[in-house]
Amino acid sequence: MITILDYGMGNLGSISNMFKKIGVKSIITSSLDYLEDAEKILLPGVGAFDKAMKIINEKGFRKILDKKVLNERVPILGICLGMQLFTDNSEEGKLPGLGYIRAKTIRFRLPESNSRLKVPHMGWNEVVKTNDSDLTHGIEEVSQYGDPPRFYFVHSYYVKVDNEANSILKTIYGISFDSGIQNDNIFGAQFHPEKSHKFGMKVLENFANI
Amino acid sequence: MTLRTRIIPCLQLLDQNLVKTVQFKNPAYIGDFINTVRIFNELEVDELCFLSIRATVKNLKPNIQILSQIAEECFMPLSYGGAIRDFETAKNIFALGFEKVVINSYLFENPEFIKKLSEHFGAQSVVVSMDVKKNMFGKYGVYSHSGTKKQNHKPVEWAQKMEKLGAGEIILTSIDRDGTWAGYDIELTKVISESVNIPVIANGGAANVSDIVDVVKDGMASAVALGSMVVYQQKGLGVLINFPDKSKLRQLL
Repeated sequence: MITILDYGMGNLGSISNMFKKIGVKSIITSSLDYLEDAEKILLPGVGAFDKAMKIINEKGFRKILDKKVLNERVPILGICLGMQLFTDNSEEGKLPGLGYIRAKTIRFRLPESNSRLKVPHMGWNEVVKTNDSDLTHGIEEVSQYGDPPRFYFVHSYYVKVDNEANSILKTIYGISFDSGIQNDNIFGAQFHPEKSHKFGMKVLENFANI
Repeated sequence: MTLRTRIIPCLQLLDQNLVKTVQFKNPAYIGDFINTVRIFNELEVDELCFLSIRATVKNLKPNIQILSQIAEECFMPLSYGGAIRDFETAKNIFALGFEKVVINSYLFENPEFIKKLSEHFGAQSVVVSMDVKKNMFGKYGVYSHSGTKKQNHKPVEWAQKMEKLGAGEIILTSIDRDGTWAGYDIELTKVISESVNIPVIANGGAANVSDIVDVVKDGMASAVALGSMVVYQQKGLGVLINFPDKSKLRQLL
């Protein structure tokens, strides 16, 4: 059972639809009690960094998340903003992040000369594996056309890990950034697996099997 | 490399069914929308657009139930258009898991609607649909209400106005080419693409990969929509949900 934490940031329907499709049980909840009992946590998120941290801090999620993730070592997957919240801080806001992975969230600054690239980085893009991870296992084999793994992204800020050992995927958009990160039981994906058909299903399936 | 040019199956909904029109007329039954979208998942299609045809003409509301079923089966970015006339409806469609809403007829009554949506949901989630037809003198005109109502705007002027009000992209449909397999209207696509800075999605007429290449290279389209080509085997043949050969597209685009 995967507990999808609903803290008011973004649509969670697509994520639970995809779990349903791959036959994995999940529950969308904002209850502290349910979070306390979670076996596996999915932290979604679309929106502003400070707003998200403020809700997590003020509604009591922070304390339980810290306990579950840091002490009990329950697997957690952060998606998009959810992953950025794992970092130490973001240029988007003033509040510190959860600090689960030594990393920073940085605004895309694209060269003016390259007018083809726009912020937000929105659309499908490829990923390259930098370190092996249970989360990304087998993603090169899912396409029936032999396509390299690709995912759907929508973001204006990107994550840069302090220690390359915590990078599991990189993507190039003007610069190379960390599109997948991991620190032990803590996983982050900058892209939206729930919108990345077969590739995304593989990632969520992998997370369910961890 | 991913496909740099977005190639978007654009599917027409009529009541509960998927249909395909020719020049906006004679909708032919294609099949059940759920089965169809499952096939597009299998084909690893990266984006889908659903347009409910006749919805405004028949004074219908977007069918939230159908859209919710689509969202449950489609694991790629989705857009929907057809009879969206108020903020709440757009909000509900986003909440179902659609990334973009497509607006057409209502904008001629209330152009500011685009601005409201764009300011609230972001320009990237708001698409303006423009249906264009040539008159007997070869002049292009903008139409609404499934091609039944001529509007007093020149296509370029309307496209620029929509961009200014906050449209994130324009899906440009040639009514004359719709369902004809005669290739995109390259002249029309080029004129509009050159007059705005937002992406223009060419729609109407595609029969094969070289039509796609032509409208991208000569028509300056930033993306293309496919209709008949992805729901029929060939012109005049039966229904077959398909997608053009990706390695060929990658090589040519």
